[in-house]
Amino acid sequence: MTEEKKQEFWRWTESNWANPDMEWNKAKFITAGIDVGSVSSQAVVMADGEIFTYANMRTGSDSPNSARNALNFALKATDMPEDRIDYCVGTGYGRVNVPMADRSVTEIACHARGANFIYGPEVRTVLDVGGQDIKAIQCDEKGRVTNFLMNDKCAAGTGRGMEVFADLLGVPITEVGERSFQVKEEPQAVSSTCVVYAKSEATGLLRKGWTTEKVLAAYCRAMAERIYSLVERLGVEPAFAITGGMAKNMGVIDRLMPMIGLEPAKTKWDTQIAGAVGAALFGYALCQKGKGRKDTKREKQRMTSDK
Amino acid sequence: MLANYGYKDASGDFFITIDTDRCNGCGDCVTACPAHIFVVVDEDPNDPMREEPVAMVGADKNKKLKYECNPCKPTWDRPPLPCVEACKAGAISHSW
Repeated sequence: MTEEKKQEFWRWTESNWANPDMEWNKAKFITAGIDVGSVSSQAVVMADGEIFTYANMRTGSDSPNSARNALNFALKATDMPEDRIDYCVGTGYGRVNVPMADRSVTEIACHARGANFIYGPEVRTVLDVGGQDIKAIQCDEKGRVTNFLMNDKCAAGTGRGMEVFADLLGVPITEVGERSFQVKEEPQAVSSTCVVYAKSEATGLLRKGWTTEKVLAAYCRAMAERIYSLVERLGVEPAFAITGGMAKNMGVIDRLMPMIGLEPAKTKWDTQIAGAVGAALFGYALCQKGKGRKDTKREKQRMTSDK
Repeated sequence: MLANYGYKDASGDFFITIDTDRCNGCGDCVTACPAHIFVVVDEDPNDPMREEPVAMVGADKNKKLKYECNPCKPTWDRPPLPCVEACKAGAISHSW
């Protein structure tokens, strides 16, 4: 029997990055933030509140392992040993399953803080479109959350739904945005809210003779509309920043921004690391307050070994 | 901080808003709610820098608010909501 190897259209490349000029030896506090999401995991290591290294990977079926892999992948780009990390904060869906975390913080607080760092302090509204949920957050100039709204009721309007569509239509996930604009006229949005139903609706549209591009356009529009209905409830104040994987999908973002009537803020950083950056910054702030030094960690270890 | 717990789906918006600047973590809402949807936590997971206790909607109730709150919200002759009544600080509000 011969087996045909099928291309995984939803797969995106995992990456890591380190700042080669950073002198981590001289840093007072090294903190790590690990964001284990439903689809992707990120680890960021910061030296005195500056990004030293990060990694962006796919979450497998095992959250603790994903956290470990992401941190190892980030440290692989550097020569720093893991035990140099003073404080580690876990965040995201799998935050309670990060084995090396000293504390867990919700992704809402982390994304606001992270966006404040990677997009700059003028950001007032943060939209995080992740693998499984949408979060709209308002924050002040210090990145403190003032109002938030989250929709995690179902996967519609999120990254995982887009992956399902990429796979269904045989379009690599990175090309979805571009391909969705190759239509003569903009179609109506896919009406189903649920990804499973939207998928069967798309199959029906393909049978009716719609091109792949037209179906992509209809789904991107549906996502943009769904995201807008949540953002509208919270209200939008400039500057407006988008974090998470969906920020890389221009098919959705270019349809969403005219509805909001603003330009999205720009950054040189990977938008997916915002949550982990926020977590590492919280770790740094807790260290500065004297709450998170090594001794507390050692004490914890001693307590567990006594038992 | 206005913490909105709940969700939006095809049948409407179902959010309970807790104003954490007003909430003092007294726990009156926890005992007042017949469906036990509120919990008081020592550390606010949404605001790591806050040190006082705060009320929030329990994680297991977050996605069921439409159903959990239903008994307190009859279609007509609606009495005041027990959680809103119980909160002396006026921190709790409902979106529907």
